[in-house]
Amino acid sequence: MIITLSWLKNHLNTQVSLNKIIEGLTNIGLEVENVKENQNNLNDFKIAKILNVEKHPNADKLKLCDVHLGEGKKVKVVCGATNARKNLLTIYAPPGSVIPKTKMKLKIVKIRGIESHGMLCSESELNISNESEGIIELKNKENMVGKNFFKSGGEKVIDIAVTPNRPDCLGVRGIARDLASSGLGSLKNQPSIKFKEKFRQSIKVSIKKEKDQGCSAFGSVYIKNVKNKESPEWLKKKIVSLGLKPISAIVDATNYVMFDQNRPLHAYDADKINKEIIVRNSKKGESFEALDNKKYTLQNGMCVITDKSGVLGLGGIIGGVRSGTELSTKNILLESAYFHPDSVRKTAKKLNINTDAKFRFERGIDPNSIEPGLKLATSMILDICGGEVSKISITGNKKNNNKSIILKSDTFGKIIGTSISSNEIKKILSSLGFKVKFSKKVYKVEVPSWRPDINQEIDLVEELIRIKGFDKIKIIAPEKTRNQDTLNYKQKLFHLSQRAIASKGYLETVTWSFTDAKVDQLFNQGSEEIDILNPISSDLNVLRRSIFSNICLHLKRNQDRGYEDLGLFEIGPIFFGKQPGQQLTVAGGVKTGLIGRKSWIDKPRKLDVFDIKSDVIRTLFELNLKESDLIISKDAKNHYHPGRSGSVCLKSDNKKTLAYFGEIHPAIITTLDFKEKNAFGFEIFLDNIPESKNKIRNNKAKYKVSDYQKSERDFAFVIDKNYSANEIEILVKNVNPDIIQSVKTFDVFEGQNLPEGKKSLAVNVILQSVSKTLSESDLEQISNKIIETVKEKTGATIRS
Amino acid sequence: MTDLNKINSIFVEKLKTIKSKDELQHLKTEFFGKNGEITNQFKKLSSLKDEEKKNFASSLNKLKNDFTNLINKKFSEFESQEINKKLKDEKIDISLPIRPFSQGKIHPVSQVIDEISSIFSEIGFSVAEGPDVESEYNNFTALNTPENHPARDLHDTFYLEENKKLLLRTHTSPVQIRTMLNGNPPFKIIVPGRTYRSDSDQTHTPMFHQLEGLHIDKNITMGHLKGCLNYFVNEFFEIKNIRMRFRPSHFPFTEPSAEVDIRYKIKDGKIVIGEGDKWLEILGCGMVHPNVLNNVKIDSKKFQGFAFGMGIDRLAMLKYGINDLRSFFDSDYRWLNHFGFDPLDVPTNYRGLSR
Repeated sequence: MIITLSWLKNHLNTQVSLNKIIEGLTNIGLEVENVKENQNNLNDFKIAKILNVEKHPNADKLKLCDVHLGEGKKVKVVCGATNARKNLLTIYAPPGSVIPKTKMKLKIVKIRGIESHGMLCSESELNISNESEGIIELKNKENMVGKNFFKSGGEKVIDIAVTPNRPDCLGVRGIARDLASSGLGSLKNQPSIKFKEKFRQSIKVSIKKEKDQGCSAFGSVYIKNVKNKESPEWLKKKIVSLGLKPISAIVDATNYVMFDQNRPLHAYDADKINKEIIVRNSKKGESFEALDNKKYTLQNGMCVITDKSGVLGLGGIIGGVRSGTELSTKNILLESAYFHPDSVRKTAKKLNINTDAKFRFERGIDPNSIEPGLKLATSMILDICGGEVSKISITGNKKNNNKSIILKSDTFGKIIGTSISSNEIKKILSSLGFKVKFSKKVYKVEVPSWRPDINQEIDLVEELIRIKGFDKIKIIAPEKTRNQDTLNYKQKLFHLSQRAIASKGYLETVTWSFTDAKVDQLFNQGSEEIDILNPISSDLNVLRRSIFSNICLHLKRNQDRGYEDLGLFEIGPIFFGKQPGQQLTVAGGVKTGLIGRKSWIDKPRKLDVFDIKSDVIRTLFELNLKESDLIISKDAKNHYHPGRSGSVCLKSDNKKTLAYFGEIHPAIITTLDFKEKNAFGFEIFLDNIPESKNKIRNNKAKYKVSDYQKSERDFAFVIDKNYSANEIEILVKNVNPDIIQSVKTFDVFEGQNLPEGKKSLAVNVILQSVSKTLSESDLEQISNKIIETVKEKTGATIRS
Repeated sequence: MTDLNKINSIFVEKLKTIKSKDELQHLKTEFFGKNGEITNQFKKLSSLKDEEKKNFASSLNKLKNDFTNLINKKFSEFESQEINKKLKDEKIDISLPIRPFSQGKIHPVSQVIDEISSIFSEIGFSVAEGPDVESEYNNFTALNTPENHPARDLHDTFYLEENKKLLLRTHTSPVQIRTMLNGNPPFKIIVPGRTYRSDSDQTHTPMFHQLEGLHIDKNITMGHLKGCLNYFVNEFFEIKNIRMRFRPSHFPFTEPSAEVDIRYKIKDGKIVIGEGDKWLEILGCGMVHPNVLNNVKIDSKKFQGFAFGMGIDRLAMLKYGINDLRSFFDSDYRWLNHFGFDPLDVPTNYRGLSR
């Protein structure tokens, strides 16, 4: 909402400065977004001279203009106007300026591959006239190059961000009332308006009684024999200060009333109305051309104003061309109606129309403003255009009863924590237009008709504290007590795994929860993608089903920047359906490249699957899992290299999958066009990590160590290739779990002198008893048993 | 006796000329070997008489010990000379780089979430969460924003279904609804999380992070709200007495509603929080609307309290001087490395939130 101080003073007696007004507005919830010399940044528009014109290399109809802005400043502008030519003086709009007609903010953009710094304007773009053919041609302004085209309006305009609950402040009077209430002046009485009503309004108006009728009252007045003309200077100035274009006295007067009183009106050329006005629901397929020069085809149930020939306009949204007023208009019908917010909003949304009237009706217009609005506009039109006026006719609801709310005397203190006096309550509420009666310890408060937002006690509390001032609320310092854990188990896991993974050389990233369907598909063969109905762009069109989709895309971008040895990880949601809660929290990491590229000391080596396995297993250990809790197998998902990947499952709990790890499938790496193709990743499913019932301290076994000598033995088996190291380790360990403290594979190889299909696998076994020092013969006995067992179970031979 | 004196002076003279361990070995043999001077003198002992024998033996032993000590001493000298010489040769260029390693980092958003959690933990809030996909009811209707409410225009919503019943949550507020539906008051939670709006330009990203706060109990007033946020802001920016302003505003789910501004200024191209003459909006808050409480079956006559919401990314930008919101989600190695935090740098209240 835009206001000027002078307009405000039509309603407010005040001596305070503009700065005080601005501060006051913000303090009562009418946030001042900016204060400008001239609302549309009209100072941005400069007189400029075209120095040179070339043809655009990539477009026949476009030209490249070198534009001189005075004082040696020059810019390149792409322009499509046929009259753009060398030495033409015209108007230049720089990047950042807002074009008055389209309200578009200019940016530096590439037009067909060439950057354009701003644009050259037509008269219509600057709202000077409707002339849209070609850019403005100025004469005799050679010495004005670089100067402002528009003369400064002089008066500052204040742009207020009015919240959706305050339709009353979409009129200057509402703002003045609030300011007066807060002590920054006094609200002026509205002058009473009288004119001679010479005849009855002769056009019949009816509101059709039907379901979901969007109109409950239709007021009208007929003015005949007017002489429509340009508005007088004072009115034009007001209209321009709003950022609108003056059109004619009749239209300007209705706009003035809308912005002054928050009362939208509509003026019809009465001679163009076919017999009568019927307000009804539209039928599917009906259409009309609106005043924005667009043709709208309607659906069922939209509130329309019609005559015998069809649709005249959309109630509360926009009028039609067919019945629009022109300078030649002789007789007019002025409409002042009440349209229901929901109805207006639904229709405008479906048709994608936004108008000042719609903006107001959907927030709620004062239903009792029908008659005063008509009177004010009528008197202005009579003043400017002359004519004779009918009696005011209102069809439908003529009078609305005001709501009444009970405010208990202790409610304010209970909610706000600071007290308020009875006098203050009465003073604030009555200055805002409420009627207050105090009896039996409660205030009976009648709500003015212009406040649709006030419906219950709490709304009154808000009004009181808003005007009293939020700075009057006394601070109560928080108590430093904690009755509940800050984080639950899942949240602790999340935080811990972040730091665990980062400590292994990965950079944490945060990427969108959505991704490119084509990339997502690579990591989710078979399952169905989760589409976003209205994606921000076509390459961010699905919810991600894998943590890898975005990480891989970003890794590639980093590789393209020249960073090839890199680890990225993210912990966040992946989705497996579109219902709320069909998501998992996954920690995923990908590393690519070499370890120790360009090192003077060690030979660089390729990152391999055991690097990534180590990262996963160590992370799981840090999340409080033990080696004995885990099963590691070679069954990973399809997006991994089938031979160089694995999974980690829980031994208990239905063998839930805790993680996958391995080389990213080479086909995916090729599809994504990675520069560095050596890429390994892991996914840890945090939701599957079991919560221990006890604290770690309670789960620890009793501390006991053996004082007896420990011994080591190494065994090298020649064994079938298909046996995994882990299987043999378990086999050996189980020979005598009490004495065999650990089994560790320390050498594996194939080929050389070994038979086809065999490999050599050497394990180191640590033996120790808790009851004695093991003798040579004890050791001999266990060693033999180890060899026998492995031989028996796997057919292995001991390598001599 | 004179023999011994002679031997001594010969030894001392010879020792002076010794230049290596080998020569020292020769000298040792010369005096202590089978036919060495000292050995020969010992041989004489048997031919001496008792008294003389005793005196001679005593002098000879002393001489032997002296020689041994002198030889050992000389030997040590050669040893240390040798080591010193070796050390001189073993010099390396210690300025050569260490073995390559990759330094992991924590993303600023995560770090700031941890900081915020630490602060609110002190005053008894616990962390709650909710799903990223929400029902239209939880995201809007239950929060007193019915269909066709103009406030919905302020949220550019991503939808998953044509009938618009499923969407990506536009704020963390639906977690208020979930929390209150699933429990009994009192409630004292913060909700950090991902939020989504279909908006993308210099200062907006289609995904961003919000922090929701909710405190419902029997007598929680707007004074508590002010106290809580005042505490948070000072703790978070780690500055004492930041000047704050509560300004009336409107959110459908709170009433009264406020926006909170803090003072700032620009100094040498950098933002300075807490002082100066400009106001910076950092969060929205208010007393939970009775309609919201009624929607989650909580008796609004018995229970009341406050809620607030703020942009986590924005807080991170302000605290750590990050200019571009979009860069948060770009995964640029250089940016992550520059603005990221060491994984050991866990925000705590006793060691301080940030280093």
